[in-house]
Amino acid sequence: MPQSADKILDHEHLFREPEYQDLLKNKKEQFEYNHPDAKIQEIVEWTKTEDYKEKNFAREALTVNPAKACQPLGAVYVANGFHKTLSFVHGSQGCVAYYRSHFSRHFKEPTSCVSSSMTEDAAVFGGLNNMIDGLANSYNLYKPDMIAVSTTCMAEVIGDDLNAFIKTSKDKGSVPMEFDVPFAHTPAFVGSHITGYDNALLGILRHFWDGKADTAPKLERQPNDAINFIFGFDGFVVGNMKEMKRILDMFEIDYNIICDPSETWNTPTDGEFRMYEGGTTKETVERALHSKATVIFQEFCCERTAKFIADHGQEVVLLNSPIGVAGTDKFLMEISRLTGKPIPAELEKERGQLVDAMADSQAHLHGKRYAMYGDPDMMLGLTEFLLELGAEPVHILATNGEKEWAAKVQQVLDASPYGGGCKVYPKRDLWHMRSLLYTEPVDFLIGNTYGKYLERDTGTPLIRMVFPIFDRHHYHRYPIWGYEGGLRVLVMLLDEFFESIDTNTIVPGKTDYSYDIIR
Amino acid sequence: MSMTVDEKKAQNAALIAEVLKAYPEKTAKKRAKHLNVHEEGKPDCGVKSNIKSLPGVMTIRGCAYAGSKGVVWGPIKDMIHISHGPVGCGQYSWAARRNYYIGVTGVDTFVTMQFTSDFQEKDIVFGGDKKLEVIMDEIQQLFPLNKGISVQSECPIGLIGDDIEAVSKKKSKEYGGHTIVPVRCEGFRGVSQSLGHHIANDAIRDWVFEGTTKKEREFVSTPYDVAIIGDYNIGGDAWSSRILLEEMGLRVIAQWSGDGTIAELENTPKAKLNVLHCYRSMNYISRHMEEKYGIPWVEYNFFGPSKIEESLREIASHFDDRIKENAEKVIAKYKPLMQAVIDKYRPRLEGKKVMLFVGGLRPRHVIGAYEDLGMEVVGTGYEFGHNDDYQRTTHYVKDGTLIYDDVTGYEFEKFVEKVKPDLVGSGIKEKYVFQKMGVPFRQMHSWDYSGPYHGYDGFAIFARDMDMAISSPIWGLSRAPWKK
Repeated sequence: MPQSADKILDHEHLFREPEYQDLLKNKKEQFEYNHPDAKIQEIVEWTKTEDYKEKNFAREALTVNPAKACQPLGAVYVANGFHKTLSFVHGSQGCVAYYRSHFSRHFKEPTSCVSSSMTEDAAVFGGLNNMIDGLANSYNLYKPDMIAVSTTCMAEVIGDDLNAFIKTSKDKGSVPMEFDVPFAHTPAFVGSHITGYDNALLGILRHFWDGKADTAPKLERQPNDAINFIFGFDGFVVGNMKEMKRILDMFEIDYNIICDPSETWNTPTDGEFRMYEGGTTKETVERALHSKATVIFQEFCCERTAKFIADHGQEVVLLNSPIGVAGTDKFLMEISRLTGKPIPAELEKERGQLVDAMADSQAHLHGKRYAMYGDPDMMLGLTEFLLELGAEPVHILATNGEKEWAAKVQQVLDASPYGGGCKVYPKRDLWHMRSLLYTEPVDFLIGNTYGKYLERDTGTPLIRMVFPIFDRHHYHRYPIWGYEGGLRVLVMLLDEFFESIDTNTIVPGKTDYSYDIIR
Repeated sequence: MSMTVDEKKAQNAALIAEVLKAYPEKTAKKRAKHLNVHEEGKPDCGVKSNIKSLPGVMTIRGCAYAGSKGVVWGPIKDMIHISHGPVGCGQYSWAARRNYYIGVTGVDTFVTMQFTSDFQEKDIVFGGDKKLEVIMDEIQQLFPLNKGISVQSECPIGLIGDDIEAVSKKKSKEYGGHTIVPVRCEGFRGVSQSLGHHIANDAIRDWVFEGTTKKEREFVSTPYDVAIIGDYNIGGDAWSSRILLEEMGLRVIAQWSGDGTIAELENTPKAKLNVLHCYRSMNYISRHMEEKYGIPWVEYNFFGPSKIEESLREIASHFDDRIKENAEKVIAKYKPLMQAVIDKYRPRLEGKKVMLFVGGLRPRHVIGAYEDLGMEVVGTGYEFGHNDDYQRTTHYVKDGTLIYDDVTGYEFEKFVEKVKPDLVGSGIKEKYVFQKMGVPFRQMHSWDYSGPYHGYDGFAIFARDMDMAISSPIWGLSRAPWKK
């Protein structure tokens, strides 16, 4: 009997006990009718070959293990970034259960969001009644200051008109006429979660700046010296936002952050559940129209939003999730240029400290080969940082990256002596990456939790730095942006390097001559 | 200090009335039918169920796709399950359910992979059937050892009029009768995951049992053949159940569907008895096999020693004396282990109150396990149960238990705030809400990444986990000492 009350075996040990090993062996032999082991081994080996890679890359229709989610996820993220705002997704209810679970598994925090729970009758007659009842219910129950509406693909396929539905709902008294219900159509079959971020944010800005869907006068821009900051979809938002605010406060400038979910996903355990916490207020959104410029930290999260803001007369500065020294330098110099304020001495010192740390450790990372995947902007930021460490980002992949993105990454690679052997892969998935890791191996992989399957299959150590991270806790509480964030990224890269060299040298009497005590 | 049953009932009734006040009148009237205080002796729990969730109330429910791909089909390990439609559904459900299995993933098994047709606008406009055909070709080329393909429909498929049945038939023929199963589990169908289970069961009936693609294999039946139905092997549950049935001298010829294979499904009609754990998600196929193949089925409950003991005897009663004797031997063999577990944990857990809100069978099935530890379930409800679930629940719950069907975020929060249980058992969406409130919590869908919880080996883990949730020193820290 494997189990005992004194030493309770968990799944990872229990099923290795002989009783269970026999059970599994018998099940396989008698009932599963699997292919012969030799055949399985043959295919295992074949999947590692150039031939397989070629066929794998010739795929036209099938997607296997993609690194992207759908638009409404980004919309839910955006709604969470506004003060006392309830995210309301119009369409099937299962989607909302998925978004909430997805975020909660990553942040280890509650994620509130409601659905209009459309079913078959709504598929036939449209979801107007669901909108009317849904707005009334959520307004009464959850007492938000604003309800931000987005859509699932069901509502998009049947063509529900959010603008008209919300107006009708207000006419029917679901919510007061003047109650703010910004909206965005976020079809899951267009783009990815970053497109949804863009559309939802645009929906909110348009609502407040452009006359609340023709129910109020458009705001008139009265330019001032403030600067807006939009940071984009960010799995590290809790740590990053804190760091960004610290930096901006040091500049002593007038600034507005548009969309800040960092407090919603970072509430204390003190006996009280806070459904709403922090977030950008409506007043801030309205004030933001008058700013001199908007700095968009992740260009590919905000393509339409950027254009909208520029059309309203602001200068728009586009960055690509700057990570590391040069990226952060550029970010700070832009702030300085826009505001005329000098870069604070304290930040200059932090810069030096990051360079100091890189100098201390660069020998361990120089020439190391990395594969990585994730959202387009994040890939650009990481590429720059790896290159400035003298490391080589050999495979750079984004399932939701387009040609324009690939060209931009290529420019970065071309500008560095370490970028020569590196290649960009737009619109590819993790099954493509698997082939790459077999045919052109690298030292390390940077990705999200799902990268662990690639680590298992190909033996490439995984560094978790991309959303979502389900199987490690609290990474999102620390920044990867700014000089401080660069330090954190550096440590993550180094930790994985040191862990792997220790693991590779740990056999007593065989390899442990290199099991060094000082590195 | 403890209340009488009548006092408890009055308190719960008042609580329901108070909670309903927050809703608009029309909604309050509808929600009132889903909330009740259980009256002993009644045939069910006195709540309406399996009805559409109300818009905007924050239901915890999922959809038919989740019920089919996520629950029934997804765990079948040697088939490839295509999430057919946009990328999200497959992404959010990717490997999230902990359906353990043995196999070389990506080569002969595929459970923890995300296969999707990643619909783009042009697929919506022009239809996705052609793309689906190409996808099947690509699967056959790149994953040649797959034993079958299922098409798990997402919302758009049914709305744009795609004919996935025709594509499946055509491609099956092209690939020599390869098992290809179209499943119409679009998320907008029905009111919850539940219809997805039913649709998935029917698809097995129509395309696996009745299909033209069934593989006849050499299979010699024995009089002791049983199939485990409705165990998804979460954290290894089906394995820690299977071991007991085998110890009894039964031969488990199939697992539905955790760590299951298509061959096991196809061979199930040769079973002598189907043993059904999750009634909600697989009663349909069990009833079908009874009607069509004359296989009786019996519900069982492998949570906690009391129910396991009852269940082992119930299952054995369908067989000869040898099996019945073996069942007694198995019970006797594990008695000392169970006693040791209970002796260790019961003193720490005695009298602790639990509130549950889970899916298919657990709102009732786990009650016995808690009671084995001296704990009391004071509130329970189903995410997607039907009335037959609430009827079965009456055998488990005590008089005066608070019952909430398809509970809303608002209701659940208020109920827990007022009832002040020592433990809440529900899902990931609820976990952090209650932990913020300082209430110990265990996820009772995924076993909070622990498990197995089924069987005797699982109960030891269950008991340890409940103790560590409740007895964690963390809960003593949630209030700052300077706050009164």
